[in-house]
Amino acid sequence: MIEVKGISKRFGKLQVLNNINLELQKGECIALVGPNGCGKTTLIKSILGMVLPDKGDIFFNRKNIQNDNEYRNHIGYMPQIGRYPENMTIGQVIDMIKNIRNGKHREDDDLFRQFEIESMLFKKMRTLSGGTTQKVSATLAFMFSPQVLILDEPTAGLDPLAAHILKEKISTARRNGCLILITSHLLTELEDMVSQVIFMQEGNVILHKNTADLKEMTGSETLATSVIELLKTIPQ
Amino acid sequence: MRKVLKYVSLDILKNNIVFAYAIMLALFSWSAFGLEDNASKGILTVLNIILLTVPLVSVLFATIYVYNSSEFIELLVSHPVKRGMIWKALFTGLSSSLALAYLLGAGIPILLFADFYTAVMMIVTGIFLSVIFVAIAFLSSILTRDKAKGIGISVLLWLYFSLLFDGLVLFLFFQFADYPIEKAVVVLSALSPVDLCRILILLHLDVSAMLGHTGAVFKNFFGTDWGLILSFTILTLWVVIPFAISLKKFKRKDL
Repeated sequence: MIEVKGISKRFGKLQVLNNINLELQKGECIALVGPNGCGKTTLIKSILGMVLPDKGDIFFNRKNIQNDNEYRNHIGYMPQIGRYPENMTIGQVIDMIKNIRNGKHREDDDLFRQFEIESMLFKKMRTLSGGTTQKVSATLAFMFSPQVLILDEPTAGLDPLAAHILKEKISTARRNGCLILITSHLLTELEDMVSQVIFMQEGNVILHKNTADLKEMTGSETLATSVIELLKTIPQ
Repeated sequence: MRKVLKYVSLDILKNNIVFAYAIMLALFSWSAFGLEDNASKGILTVLNIILLTVPLVSVLFATIYVYNSSEFIELLVSHPVKRGMIWKALFTGLSSSLALAYLLGAGIPILLFADFYTAVMMIVTGIFLSVIFVAIAFLSSILTRDKAKGIGISVLLWLYFSLLFDGLVLFLFFQFADYPIEKAVVVLSALSPVDLCRILILLHLDVSAMLGHTGAVFKNFFGTDWGLILSFTILTLWVVIPFAISLKKFKRKDL
């Protein structure tokens, strides 16, 4: 569904992505893991067209995303730190995005209800706490029933209840055949939903495997321990 | 584009600075015309105020606004919206609201007090100045990610076009006073939109008679139809070129 072919990106002297090749299939839930600053967010932003790679191409449903923006109709993105126009209220932001998305999709307001966004519609984005901002981001990401969900540290900053609601929602989306790309440092949280792991380090993809294979390879019981094993074996 | 433009315009309208700017222009113009017994003296005063404040407010407000819109831009870019469209909507929203503020603030008293042709010329050049300096603001805000640097570049450009450039021209004028450099000065004046606007308006006033030989050369050139067409083409280029460069850079920018 998403094909990444040989992309490289350099910020000044720093090589952030180094000839990355990936193939992400429909229906998978893929955990993108790696130490801080290994290029996870840059990779995600490249897929979204927010960062333009120096080299290489990205294909969405076999179509090159360069100079295309329509493919983003099928993507729900939840950023690590949601940045919103400070003077707008939650209601205005949601209305604006709905308006821009043209209402071509069936609207999914599960998270809108469960996070009780309704009662906060008049709050300005500036006044929101990190957790509430994350709730708005999550609501927007799931609102248009996208085929692909890109979630950058989705549960960071959420209270346990909200995190639980979000995890349930992610599982439902997966059952409905969504491709989910998720980055998180809390591996135990991802345990029961992830089907594949991509491990990145210093801008390189070190491995891309099914969780079962990975557990077998490292001889661990859980995803968290197998990733820790991986981190130990790879020279820093 | 219309949808994005709608949200940009609403946001600018909510911003009281544009209102304050319109009121400030109105106060300056009404009092300048009220204080002078002679309307053309009033026009000169208003002209000088406008040539200083319109570029300054346009360039500063637009630069700061573009930097403050970074969140808005980031939010839209992850949705199916063309990048170029976001940038164009911001530009259209900013330049039209600043032009409107100018029209309401300074345009009305100018129309009432000045003779019709001079008034039209002042309004048109004022609107051009607003849009040109918004375009310059877009260019300086895309050159650097640092807000303070971007504002610094904008203020320096304003300083250059509004004050330093005149100084340079005067310097050349005195250095080469013995040579017939009037034609060269005509060409030079096109290099600063502020000077070009000043000349276009001054030539419509009676005071142009006092500008001597240079004034006559100016009149021979800018007073003709071709001169006018050429001047407005140059003013249009002052809008199109900085904005086109900024648009190209914005399309390649990492967010």
